[in-house]
Amino acid sequence: MNNPLPPLWQPSASRDILLARADIIAAIRRFFQQRQVLEVTTPVLVSAVAPERHQNPPSCQTGFLQPSPETAMKRLVASGSGAIFQLCPAFREDEVGRLHNPEFTLLEWYRPGWSYQQLMEEVGALVQEILRCPPPEQLTFLQAFQKFVGINPFKAPLSSMESALSSPPPARLDRSGLTDLLLVDRLEPALKKQGGGLFLREYPPWDPAMAEVDEGPPAFARRFELYVDGVELANGYQELTDCREQARRFQKTNQQRQEDGEETLPEDHHLLAALKHGLPRCAGVALGVDRLIMLALRKKRISEVMAFPFDRS
Amino acid sequence: MLNHNQLRQGTRVEIDEIPWIIVDAQFVKPGKGQAFTKIKIKNLIDGRVIERTFKSSDSVTKADVMDKSMQYLYSDGEFWHFMDPDSYEQVALTETQVSNTILWLREQETYEVTLWKGKAISVNPPPFVILDITQCDPGIKGDTVSGATKPATLETGAVIKVPLFVNEGERVRVDTRTGNYVERAKD
Repeated sequence: MNNPLPPLWQPSASRDILLARADIIAAIRRFFQQRQVLEVTTPVLVSAVAPERHQNPPSCQTGFLQPSPETAMKRLVASGSGAIFQLCPAFREDEVGRLHNPEFTLLEWYRPGWSYQQLMEEVGALVQEILRCPPPEQLTFLQAFQKFVGINPFKAPLSSMESALSSPPPARLDRSGLTDLLLVDRLEPALKKQGGGLFLREYPPWDPAMAEVDEGPPAFARRFELYVDGVELANGYQELTDCREQARRFQKTNQQRQEDGEETLPEDHHLLAALKHGLPRCAGVALGVDRLIMLALRKKRISEVMAFPFDRS
Repeated sequence: MLNHNQLRQGTRVEIDEIPWIIVDAQFVKPGKGQAFTKIKIKNLIDGRVIERTFKSSDSVTKADVMDKSMQYLYSDGEFWHFMDPDSYEQVALTETQVSNTILWLREQETYEVTLWKGKAISVNPPPFVILDITQCDPGIKGDTVSGATKPATLETGAVIKVPLFVNEGERVRVDTRTGNYVERAKD
């Protein structure tokens, strides 16, 4: 039998776990100090965001709790900060599960002048240091789907994507939705079974978020994600620096949100002004710190490495 | 109606006009992608287990299901009859519907009958029942090997393993979830 959890007023993680957590966070800071990356702090309570189709920041009268520090950090880079990193809380409404908590710790960093391939090397170095694992491998998004799912999500008929799922999908899923579902239903379990670290890169162009798009053909987003033992750990971009394209994407995202029945979100005009001023070519990445600690300590749920997960918050 | 984050283990839902109980629920979401809740559900009528996936905008109907304590009266071979001790109303269940409990059914005892839209669909035994041993070989005198067991037939027809010192005609307490002997019942 599992050990019963402590009463709700107490932390769910033991003191040993909290010590190990603090050690890992200290190691992350050391990693960036050694590389002369500046630690910054930006507002958690914000008046505008970079709208995402499938992320809802909690809101209050004063503003929003940030879904990520992305826009403020890019404003710093545009104003000449050089390389920066931040460890901060990030918030996503309604996300509760084995790997999700509505409030979690994010590590985000930006490298002016770098390509996303260079940044992948650095993400790999950090993860190897913390997890003491071999260097992560790399596959394109398409290669990974063909290898582990046997489907080309860019081209396959929607009906064959549906029949590749382990159980019938919800109604009215488009290509983007079916790809998301195949990713969590088929690809992540296959990566978990295989074990180890794997970068997926060159993502489908239909939802590039804030990544640059390579028009190809075939077109793809200059984006990568790191998976370790089937757990999604980090998401990185060759950052979009084109002000007009960014404004167009904000509008398109809010339009999609409306069609999805979600509220539109106020777009961060400070970011657009910063892009207009000029954001140097740069690569940026966000990494889920609770998940990293969970993997390092060989736990199954992020709640096991947090003092007070959502049900105790 | 329940939204996707109210789909939790133990919740009873109605899908495809069938009542189900959620045996496992998982929230999954690629960071930038759509959120889904995958549930494993058990059919409350025939016990079949299937999986379903819902997206965050989906809602699911809560099943109109309730559990009622009822007294088991008798079986006529075709139906098993139970009575609500408050209203004296009787319900009849088929062999499939009592299959969870058939090995532990003793007349006059109280069981949990599950009603869906007011109709009985299944019955569950209490966690422990006390039953008579109707047939059992005598233990060999002086055999004190601890942990040794022998088969014993109970009044309901169930056969369980009991320690060697337990005899025919005695009453025993049985764990209905495992079918294991617990102890001799004190009268």
